[in-house]
Amino acid sequence: MDMIIQASYLIAAVLFILGLKQMSSPVTARRGILWAGAGMILATLVTFLTPEVINSAHASTNIMLIIVAITIGGGYAWYSGRKVAMTDMPQMIAMYNGMGGGAAAAIAAVELFKASSVAAVDPSGATTIASALGTDVAILAILGAVIGTISFSGSIIAWAKLDGRLSLSKILPKQHLVNAVVAIATAGFAIAIYFSGDINTIIIFYVLALILGVFITIPVGGADMPVIISLFNALTGLAVGFEGYVLGNAAMIIAGIVVGSAGSLLTQLMAVAMNRSVANIFFAGVGTDAQAPAGDGIEGVMKEIQAQDAGILMAFASQVIIIPGYGMAVAQAQHKIWELTQILNEKGVSVKFAIHPVAGRMPGHMNVLLAEAGVPYDKIYDMDDVNANFKNTTVALVIGANDVVNPSAKNDTSSPLYGMPILNAFEAENVIVIKRGRGTGFSGVENPLFFADNTKMLFGDGQKAASELIQAVKEL
Amino acid sequence: MIEGLAAIYIFMLAGFTGYEIISKVPVILHTPLMSGSNFVHGIVLVGAMFALGIAETTTQQVIGFIAVLLGAGNAVGGYVVTERMLEMFKPSKKKTSGEES
Repeated sequence: MDMIIQASYLIAAVLFILGLKQMSSPVTARRGILWAGAGMILATLVTFLTPEVINSAHASTNIMLIIVAITIGGGYAWYSGRKVAMTDMPQMIAMYNGMGGGAAAAIAAVELFKASSVAAVDPSGATTIASALGTDVAILAILGAVIGTISFSGSIIAWAKLDGRLSLSKILPKQHLVNAVVAIATAGFAIAIYFSGDINTIIIFYVLALILGVFITIPVGGADMPVIISLFNALTGLAVGFEGYVLGNAAMIIAGIVVGSAGSLLTQLMAVAMNRSVANIFFAGVGTDAQAPAGDGIEGVMKEIQAQDAGILMAFASQVIIIPGYGMAVAQAQHKIWELTQILNEKGVSVKFAIHPVAGRMPGHMNVLLAEAGVPYDKIYDMDDVNANFKNTTVALVIGANDVVNPSAKNDTSSPLYGMPILNAFEAENVIVIKRGRGTGFSGVENPLFFADNTKMLFGDGQKAASELIQAVKEL
Repeated sequence: MIEGLAAIYIFMLAGFTGYEIISKVPVILHTPLMSGSNFVHGIVLVGAMFALGIAETTTQQVIGFIAVLLGAGNAVGGYVVTERMLEMFKPSKKKTSGEES
């Protein structure tokens, strides 16, 4: 039986890796998730047959509890995952990720409490967590506990912030200093657990780690959220891998570490795309500190344009590049934008979509939304592929994007965005910006592009503006 | 059980595998892939089931129950969300979008 179970776990691990591999190409991506899903079902089912579980003293109660817990947890996740709007995907990923981190931390808690109760009955008091579990297991259990707990509470905060339920960026004065103190205290208690078997130490440790997760996520600026979610995703993977070692489960080790390393790399790629280091994101949020918005050097005024004129401009263009941002997601304008694209195509206008790596709330967020609207992925271009095209583009249509087209990232060394790669929309002959109001972008930095001579502002909600454009182009 | 050096090998090889997988992904798949890897670490469910399965005291059962609850949320939620996202990736066909808007 044990053989079958171990073999099943191995097959599951292989399916996960193959699944992820297939997810790295748009053609096979769909199949990839099905394979990974099959692996998950296999692993879950054989776990019910584990001899330790079947022969445990409370086998029937425990198995019933497992089924109830899966039904509630899985049922809730199924319902919420089905129901959530595409625009709200990022926060749901954050939440499910947090749940995984919490599960890893809880597994560690079971092991630590178990070891602690062994230590408690030892009259000599010489038994510690380390001696009860073994050095290697104890270290990895505690490490997994720290990482999993931070990922849990941090992801919940990330979810709350993205979902608009929390807008705090600071809860205490000298937040970064407080964070450092809490971090040191958490590490101190983590070490203390290793050398003692005291149950209160474990509880205090968990509370501290929970607080730490909250504190390090609170100051993170909204624009940096994707990087943080990706980081927590990697951390959860790591925690799962460590707890897999504790439980001697190969599938957990492999899947966890694969996600841990893949996630770390992805986090790095995202941070680079935003020209920020991961450390920088934690210790200084753009715009969250009392930085003076770098708007002083901007000359000129915003020039408004009506949909009618914008439509004419686009209808007679040779090439239009559309640059979507989070504003498009909020306005749910992707369907209208695709309709507009098709009408322009019929009129012989070439239309491309340019996606900045961090447009929206996550890398690829815009691609998902455009795909939802039915835009074929070969019309969608990455920053590096499309940037050279702006020079011979008649109209660059910016919809709900701001910081990713901010030229001060290129030429204003005092700007907090300086150095971030941007889409060179300013090189286009005309720039039309669909925007709800005159406010600044997510980073709180003023955008000189909006004041440039070749830029016209089309104020209004993205969906409404897109409908008006469609109307205008159709009438021609 | 996996121990000592063997475990280190597994950790190392798994680390390289993860690195290898993601280094070739086009940006357009970053969100689905993050979501997919989020689903994959839902395997924590299996560990949680094991921990609850061998629980001896009420405390362990309570924590184990929470672990399974959260783990199941991770696995199921991760799957549903990823599947929904990937469902929308279709190749370029000259077909007007007749989907609901």
